[in-house]
Amino acid sequence: MIVIVDYGAGNLTSVQRAVSYLGYESLITNEPEKIVNAERIIFPGVGAAGSAMEEMKARGIDDALEKAFKSGIPMLGICVGCQIIMDGSEENDAVCLGLIKGTARAFPSGMKEENGILLKVPHMGWNGLNVVQPHPLFNGVGKEDEFYFVHSYFPEPLDRNNVFGVTEYGVEFVSAVGLKNLFATQFHLEKSGKPGLLILKNFCIWEP
Amino acid sequence: MLSKRIIPCLDVREGRTTKGIKFENNVDIGDPVDMARFYYEAGADELVFYDITASHEKRNIMIDVVRRVAETIFIPFSVGGGIRTLEDMRAVLLAGAEKVSVNSAAVKNPDIISQGARAFGSQCVVLGMDVKYVGEKEGIQSGYEIVINGGRTYMGMDALEWAQKGEKLGAGEICLNSIDADGTKDGYEMNLTRLVSENVNIPVIASGGAGTPEHLADVLTEGRADAALIASMVHYGTYTIADIKAHLTDKGIKVRKA
Repeated sequence: MIVIVDYGAGNLTSVQRAVSYLGYESLITNEPEKIVNAERIIFPGVGAAGSAMEEMKARGIDDALEKAFKSGIPMLGICVGCQIIMDGSEENDAVCLGLIKGTARAFPSGMKEENGILLKVPHMGWNGLNVVQPHPLFNGVGKEDEFYFVHSYFPEPLDRNNVFGVTEYGVEFVSAVGLKNLFATQFHLEKSGKPGLLILKNFCIWEP
Repeated sequence: MLSKRIIPCLDVREGRTTKGIKFENNVDIGDPVDMARFYYEAGADELVFYDITASHEKRNIMIDVVRRVAETIFIPFSVGGGIRTLEDMRAVLLAGAEKVSVNSAAVKNPDIISQGARAFGSQCVVLGMDVKYVGEKEGIQSGYEIVINGGRTYMGMDALEWAQKGEKLGAGEICLNSIDADGTKDGYEMNLTRLVSENVNIPVIASGGAGTPEHLADVLTEGRADAALIASMVHYGTYTIADIKAHLTDKGIKVRKA
């Protein structure tokens, strides 16, 4: 069973609907014992890293995810789920899970387009993905495929080996990270049309 | 770089898609779930649904449409029309919409914007605005006034001021509809779109008046819009999403491949 972790960070049903569309059963839960016993774990999320971490700690979900990571269960983080796996976040200086060394950073203020027009933050809409190293979850993803983003922060791993994809918005930022049995995307796989569903499908059959 | 978004808009009444001009003479043009699937496959970047069901008792028909759309397409979509309370917002978001759009309810009670943003996040809250050009006058410095009831009721509010207030209250996006341009197919209201887009820091979706791909090219460049709403030009098969995107690509405007 695929477990979708509920830590009070937004609407999880859209992820569940996408997984179900692909033909897989899933369970939305906030119970640590169900998380550590899952076949696969997805932790989506919108909102703030700080409040997400508070909710996780209050329920013991942080320890459960760490345990699951060490035991080798395939894990997929989405959006805020891609930020809370870092050591910490610039968003309210939140201390995060530390599964991957590094920090979630904010887009710098005052970023401009080439023609001088101010770039809006949050970065919202469809943008590209430059794959910087191959990963089984990227199987079948094309160069022109775009993905749906809504965020003001992004992960910045210390070790470039953890970086699998980057995207351009005023600056080049990391949009996909991975380490061993853990993978995470800053973009919303459940809202990114066919290429999003493809990565989600790849995760559902991934044997790290 | 971020792509400009092309967003088909579907007016839904009692579970069927309709199309009218200036909110009048609506005719049935199809099943909203089928149309959603069609536009998803055709390369739409997002969809907008407006519930124009008159009777409040029949609102649950729309919730069922939203649920079925959410099971069918995997791109963002927003739902507006008749959203009056936080509970109305919660219902469409739980049914699977990515965003909820408030319009006249926010004009009457601006707190609904901040309440929605606090409860669900700014990215979920779209401020829909219906605007008419009235010329500069006292209280309407920009010359653009907020209207409701399909343009029949003037609210004495300056459109630019309202857009900025909406942003401050926590709206994550503005859907800016020109009542003057709506249904004309003569192009978007460029001055209005540019005025608002240059003076807020949240994305602006231009709405009303799209008739040709060139109109979209104009509003996404000169008009400074982040996204463009389209309706009859695609509903009647005059253009496909691919036609529009090919034209925009030719013009050097970055769009997601259809």
